[in-house]
Amino acid sequence: MTESLLHTPLYNLHISLGAKMVPFAGYAMPVQYPKGVMEEHKHTRQKAGLFDVSHMGQLRLKAKSGSVEAALSAFETLVPMDFCGLAENRQRYALLTNEQGGIRDDLMVARQKDDLFIVVNAACKEADATYIEKALIDECIIERQFDRALLALQGPKAVEVISQFFPEAASMRFMDCIMTRYEGQDITLSRSGYTGEDGYEIGLPAEIAESFAKALLSHPDVEPIGLGARDSLRLEAGLCLYGNDIDSTTTPIEASLIWAIQKARRPGGARENGYPGAEIISKQIQNGTKRVRVGLQPEGRAPVRAGVELFADETAQEKIGIVTSGGFGPTFGGPVAMGYVQAPLSEVNTQLFASLRGKIVPVTVHVLPFIPAGFKR
Amino acid sequence: MTTRYTKTHEWVRLEGDIATVGITAHAADELGELVFAEGKDEGTEVTSGDAVAVVESVKAASDIYAPVGGIIKEFNTNLSDDPTLINKDPENEGWIIKLKVADSEELDALLSAEQYAAL
Repeated sequence: MTESLLHTPLYNLHISLGAKMVPFAGYAMPVQYPKGVMEEHKHTRQKAGLFDVSHMGQLRLKAKSGSVEAALSAFETLVPMDFCGLAENRQRYALLTNEQGGIRDDLMVARQKDDLFIVVNAACKEADATYIEKALIDECIIERQFDRALLALQGPKAVEVISQFFPEAASMRFMDCIMTRYEGQDITLSRSGYTGEDGYEIGLPAEIAESFAKALLSHPDVEPIGLGARDSLRLEAGLCLYGNDIDSTTTPIEASLIWAIQKARRPGGARENGYPGAEIISKQIQNGTKRVRVGLQPEGRAPVRAGVELFADETAQEKIGIVTSGGFGPTFGGPVAMGYVQAPLSEVNTQLFASLRGKIVPVTVHVLPFIPAGFKR
Repeated sequence: MTTRYTKTHEWVRLEGDIATVGITAHAADELGELVFAEGKDEGTEVTSGDAVAVVESVKAASDIYAPVGGIIKEFNTNLSDDPTLINKDPENEGWIIKLKVADSEELDALLSAEQYAAL
């Protein structure tokens, strides 16, 4: 492990729990603990898993006028989402777009009493903060909270565990996000996550992160979970990994993320367009795209991973797509993948073929997610 | 019958001119629970260092390399149904591939158990 890697506030705890540490987005992060990826994945789906996601970037966006409506309205100029219509203490999945309609980053944004609470990907956090700061310089101030810790507790038992610390958690709905207190400190608490399970994300000051994580882990149903299982969980849940499944060259429509664009921002909506790449994205909403992201189920047991090429028939002459995420789904009980295919071949149950180590493997377009979501709507 | 080891964590045992190849307990432990294993086709001629099989965990695929040159004779088809045999018994039931060895003296260049343990 090179010395230059950053540590999250839970680094020492990971080491003491026997984690295997790997470099990830400039941080030393736990890829797995002694139980291993398979067990960690299943434990999260059956009980509750604790994830350290402190490497992700936490930001606060505030209007200079102090009006949260002004901050929401300003933020709408950067994303194709409806934020003016978002209620207080509600969170929404958002996409920062570029002029070509590509995705700069995907993020979670919550409306709080006076400002917006934003969580962005680790690898993009400084770029995102600088971009938002410059773009909204006249109206808004951005506060980087990169020193705060962020934990995710995911799984069907998460509600029971977290309610011992925050009694108000049990009555929260999926994508509620509130400010609360723990040991006299400000906490952000949202009922969300990235595993397809019910769960919570807890933002807290670094100095109390380890003691809070230990308190969660003292519950018999909670186990620490590493990046390995985080990836297989989000893949089964059909969720995009920035840099793999979406990036600056894929548009939200190509990425099958149209559900994330509310009516008010679509063509004919009250606040249509008015964000980077809007012309391209609106046209794609109306006319469709040449390629789209789909779920893929390979036949047999062999995982079909990122980079594997896809073909319309067994002769494997004409490439019609590519896998962007793939692996084994421990809960699904077989290999699962996602990728981009030509639009006419994107219908569920379409039979495609992958070229894997020189062999042709049949692959079927599969509905996403691969397993039913456990969210508390 | 002595077992030899490679720096890439394979073990190899020679019986007559047939070498049985697998991965070490250390390697199996590092990879975690395996979900898939597949060998190259029987009859494929390989030289030492060529990939002869692949094993996959939830998170990654890993190539298994030929410790010595030869011709692939057999893949352990029990692994097709249960690749975790490699985790359970890496140096016996979890063997991966058998090679008909061209030059048995190639084994002399490989590591002894003591040398491998010292890596």
